[in-house]
Amino acid sequence: MKIAVCLKQVPETTEVKINPQTNTLMREGVASITNPFDEFALEEGLLTREKYGGEVHVMSMGPPQAIEILKNALAVGADKVYLLSDPAFAGADTLATAYTLAKTIEKIGGVDLVICGKQAIDGDTAQVGPGIATRLGIPQLTYVAKVREIDPAKKKIVVERMLENGREVVECSLPVVITVMKDINEPRLPSLLGIKKAAKATIPTWTAKEIGVDENRVGLKGSPTWVWKVFSPESRGGGEILKGEVTETVPLLVNKLMDSKFVK
Amino acid sequence: MARLLIDAKTCTGCEACIPSCPFGALSMKDKVAVVDEKCTFCGACVDVCPVSAITLEKDERATAVASGDYKDVWIYIEHERGKVSNVAFELLGQGRILADAVGCKLCGFLLSDGDGVEGFVKEAVAYGAEKVYVSESPILKEYRTDPYACGAINLIRKYKPEIVLIGATTQGRDFAGTVATSIETGLTADCTGLDIDPESKQLRQTRPAFGGNIMATILDYPQYRPQMATVRPKVFPMPRRDDGRKGEVIKEPLPMTEEQVRTKIVDFLKGAEGVNLVDAEIIVSGGRGVGNPDGFKVVRELAAVLKAAVGASRATVDAGWIPYEHQVGQTGRTVRPKIYIACGISGAIQHQAGMKTSDIIVAINKDPEAPIFKIATYGIVGDLFAVVPMLTEEFKKRLGR
Repeated sequence: MKIAVCLKQVPETTEVKINPQTNTLMREGVASITNPFDEFALEEGLLTREKYGGEVHVMSMGPPQAIEILKNALAVGADKVYLLSDPAFAGADTLATAYTLAKTIEKIGGVDLVICGKQAIDGDTAQVGPGIATRLGIPQLTYVAKVREIDPAKKKIVVERMLENGREVVECSLPVVITVMKDINEPRLPSLLGIKKAAKATIPTWTAKEIGVDENRVGLKGSPTWVWKVFSPESRGGGEILKGEVTETVPLLVNKLMDSKFVK
Repeated sequence: MARLLIDAKTCTGCEACIPSCPFGALSMKDKVAVVDEKCTFCGACVDVCPVSAITLEKDERATAVASGDYKDVWIYIEHERGKVSNVAFELLGQGRILADAVGCKLCGFLLSDGDGVEGFVKEAVAYGAEKVYVSESPILKEYRTDPYACGAINLIRKYKPEIVLIGATTQGRDFAGTVATSIETGLTADCTGLDIDPESKQLRQTRPAFGGNIMATILDYPQYRPQMATVRPKVFPMPRRDDGRKGEVIKEPLPMTEEQVRTKIVDFLKGAEGVNLVDAEIIVSGGRGVGNPDGFKVVRELAAVLKAAVGASRATVDAGWIPYEHQVGQTGRTVRPKIYIACGISGAIQHQAGMKTSDIIVAINKDPEAPIFKIATYGIVGDLFAVVPMLTEEFKKRLGR
């Protein structure tokens, strides 16, 4: 099976805080990580290869520093990795990003399964996975909590999708794009050998020209949406700490909650 | 292409802009600020500069005028297992405000196999839809991406709404991206604010990013229509219902057959606990303080008395004390209940991202310095194993249960 996995490098959100004096965004240092959901996607790719054979191709669209997460992917066992980097890609919204990734998957060719994380923790949109599927003209399965089985010969896959009030079991044809949830598996740690190999590897950078994209459909140019304003949210201040013995504070709390009329 | 320009002569080297960039694209070189290729043109740094040395040059596209071919505000009338989802009504409420500001009609669009469709249309009209566009087909029996996306795309291409709002449920978030990509238009996810610019009449879409640490207002360039957005349940209030309202129904066939649908639903396994987190009015949540899987017993008992859903912090899910379905937070579910009771939860930023817009937050924790107390409406510093059972008893008395 030929498996494609898409990774995104994101800022570590614990370190993105608001400066209480100036009310602006602050980032301590520049720590970047692999989007947590994408780590599950990569592991699912590796597990699928272990079960059914094949190759895992991993790509990331981003600035040159995104090469770090691709090195990590090599270290855990990805077969081939690609950095999609070009000034033309900057400022891309989800439409332009999905276009660029889909063109890359087409260029790699013969992909049976595309695995993405459910969403990125900076943008939080969950739109790129479905966008890639639409561009490639293949079906999508989102919110995948478990891959039950794959039949590469019959080109079929069966998954469990986690919905609001239960799990839906769905069967679909291959090729397909799946977006995966946290805890679908347990991402492995790289071995020392893997880390050494990855450190020595040369990772190809594909530019807009090399992938063969239409320059009008990538980056800021290819994005229908743009950010007009960025501001910090109204900070939710603390309320009151109820003081006293439990015998006093508990009934007091219950009174307040009953008064709210939300308890029925 | 956009450009971020930093006037080196004006720059005083104060470095105020450096930490304001979420992507770490600003740095100091020879005592002035410079920007590198990590810049995404988000504009966060522009207002931070005390001497206005930073400007963001945008595309002229932004100021072109929309064509006017696209009219009306459309709301997706989502339904599941015989019931219209409340989020559709909430969006009709907000949709009314938007339609009035633009000066156009408020409509609903509905995809169904016909079962119960008359009731769904009646409800949509009662909550404000002046017209409801309906596509019916047996292949729309249960939600699947292919037929539902096809139905939406077909209606949108034919009738050209200017604004399309969809609830950010698993159903909505699954097919909104497919629809927007097929039509090649903009889609903004999980909006918490929607309003109309009084001059340009554009839809201003405000949403949280970076786990809720910043808010961004997004616009669509005028040549991309419709302007599409998904909105989480409970962001907007339920509007008034008026069964006396009348509405027009416009029917369109669905241009797709079962053979063209690439997925089949094999089974549905109902969730273990009856109350689902996203719809719950009250949630009682347990964190590391519960200590072990049995510790959740007191949390569940309080939840039972309050007819509440049970939530959990990431720490407890990672430790295997409770299944992932209960996780609230950045990599779990985002919830907006009326009351969120956090038991033994410290309140890390990622957990807060999932619950800080709850109406009332109650925090019970042994540690008076726990970050959760900073956002709690009411807090009790104490041992949850003493406080929570007492709360359960007190509520039992008051509610007669």
